[in-house]
Amino acid sequence: MRYADDMAPWPAVRRNGDGMKSLLEDQVRKSRMPARLDFIQSASGLALALFMWVHLLMVSSILISKDAMLFVTRMLEGSLNPSEEAGWPILVRFAVLGVLFLFVLHAVLAMRKLPANWKQWRTMRSHVKMMKHGDTTQWWVQAITGIAMFFFGSAHLLIMYANNDKIGPYLSSERFVHYGLWPMYLILLFAVELHGAVGLYRLSIKWGWFDGKDPRKTRKRLKKVKWGITVFFIGLGLATFAAYVKIGIERNEPGKIGVPYAVEKGQDH
Amino acid sequence: MSEAKMNVSTTAGSGQTTGRTLKINILRFNPQEPDSKPEMVTYKVPEAPNMTIFIALNYIRENLEPSLQFDFVCRAGICGSCGMVINGRPDLACRTLTSKFFLGEITLMPLPAFELIGDLSVNTGKFMRAVSERVGSWIHDEEEKQKDLDALEERMDPDTADEIYELDRCIECGCCISACGTMRMREQFLGARGFMSVARFHADPRDKRSDEDWYEVLGDDDGVFGCMSLMGCEDTCPKDLPHQTKIAYLRRRMVDT
Repeated sequence: MRYADDMAPWPAVRRNGDGMKSLLEDQVRKSRMPARLDFIQSASGLALALFMWVHLLMVSSILISKDAMLFVTRMLEGSLNPSEEAGWPILVRFAVLGVLFLFVLHAVLAMRKLPANWKQWRTMRSHVKMMKHGDTTQWWVQAITGIAMFFFGSAHLLIMYANNDKIGPYLSSERFVHYGLWPMYLILLFAVELHGAVGLYRLSIKWGWFDGKDPRKTRKRLKKVKWGITVFFIGLGLATFAAYVKIGIERNEPGKIGVPYAVEKGQDH
Repeated sequence: MSEAKMNVSTTAGSGQTTGRTLKINILRFNPQEPDSKPEMVTYKVPEAPNMTIFIALNYIRENLEPSLQFDFVCRAGICGSCGMVINGRPDLACRTLTSKFFLGEITLMPLPAFELIGDLSVNTGKFMRAVSERVGSWIHDEEEKQKDLDALEERMDPDTADEIYELDRCIECGCCISACGTMRMREQFLGARGFMSVARFHADPRDKRSDEDWYEVLGDDDGVFGCMSLMGCEDTCPKDLPHQTKIAYLRRRMVDT
């Protein structure tokens, strides 16, 4: 469109003209951006859901022993000899930044699907109540858990960014009890596991990944798998939560706060 | 909730009853009458063997409430006129047996997402025509006018013909539209009926539209990228059309375009 250039001699106006130009071009030929956004939303959701499963499996190492959790922590910090030596906690910061990027990207894209005003909210709420339809109700659960994660997920990521060198059997437990963050972790556990499992189920339906010869039968199976996975990870998460809270209560005494497990064992942190 | 007088002396049709009295709640509202307000009215209907909701509604209209509005034509699940919300789920009144409802209480509402004519009657036709025009639900072929109309039509692969036939079974009842959360929230959304129509003409080799052309119909948040895969369409379609697989297929095609 020539008119934007002709009419806009100043750079700022010219840039504005470019925006207008693309809007008008969209009337001639639809932008490919919605396709890309849809794909990126799915891809970022997939990456985050898989990451969260691995994350929970890693933190649940506390159920084996404190040494196992310390081993996993050091391994992820890049230690070449996790049983004896600490790694480089700065790597945790980079990992947190990477996850934060994916998290914000996914949240911004998924936000487009949420009700945008009270009328849409009321209509959807009434629709969910009217239909009593599993997949529709679970979308509602996804929306609510997604909103919860906006706040608590961001808070958790920033806390981990700031405390990248304070991860371990004792110091992590302190955050649950001494710093009183246990409600946040409990909310996050349910929000993440429900949101992630429903999200992965929906992704496979949305893109037809496992359709096979009988897509309807496959969908029924996928629903069962989804529930199985949800129950497994919430169960594992609650057990892990209890383990950290237990250690946190035991360590919540003057003189014990802030002392890492490795130091108590006589090793470097 | 007001209650109409009960009439148990006769039943619809044969005069036989199952001995059960159905409690049918109907959301009544006539937008044409200025004083009308939405109201849930309960009717008691003696259940007959093999009674459908459609028969029960006729009983109400003949015996209890002559002003009750609802649509029907074929009574056999072919015309798609009698779509309504039956105990929360969109379905066809003529194909729903009252015996399905164990407690004998049935609540009927008009299909949401369509213009309400009155009581259980909605204007699906207006919506369906708009969808048809938006999708271009007819064969598009630039060279069609130059074709020799006396010549035999080109043969079609039987599997392709079957696929087209399968997708052409849509009766435009509107159940998929009313069952769709996305559609309810966003009125501009194309909806499953539109996607089925696209899939039908996309599969047809006589239609010369390319994926780029189809992207112009589907390629935004009002089209296939707006679908949140809630599967209300898949689970309520009275004709069991393959919504799930076809919408996923269209999405994959459009992302690759």
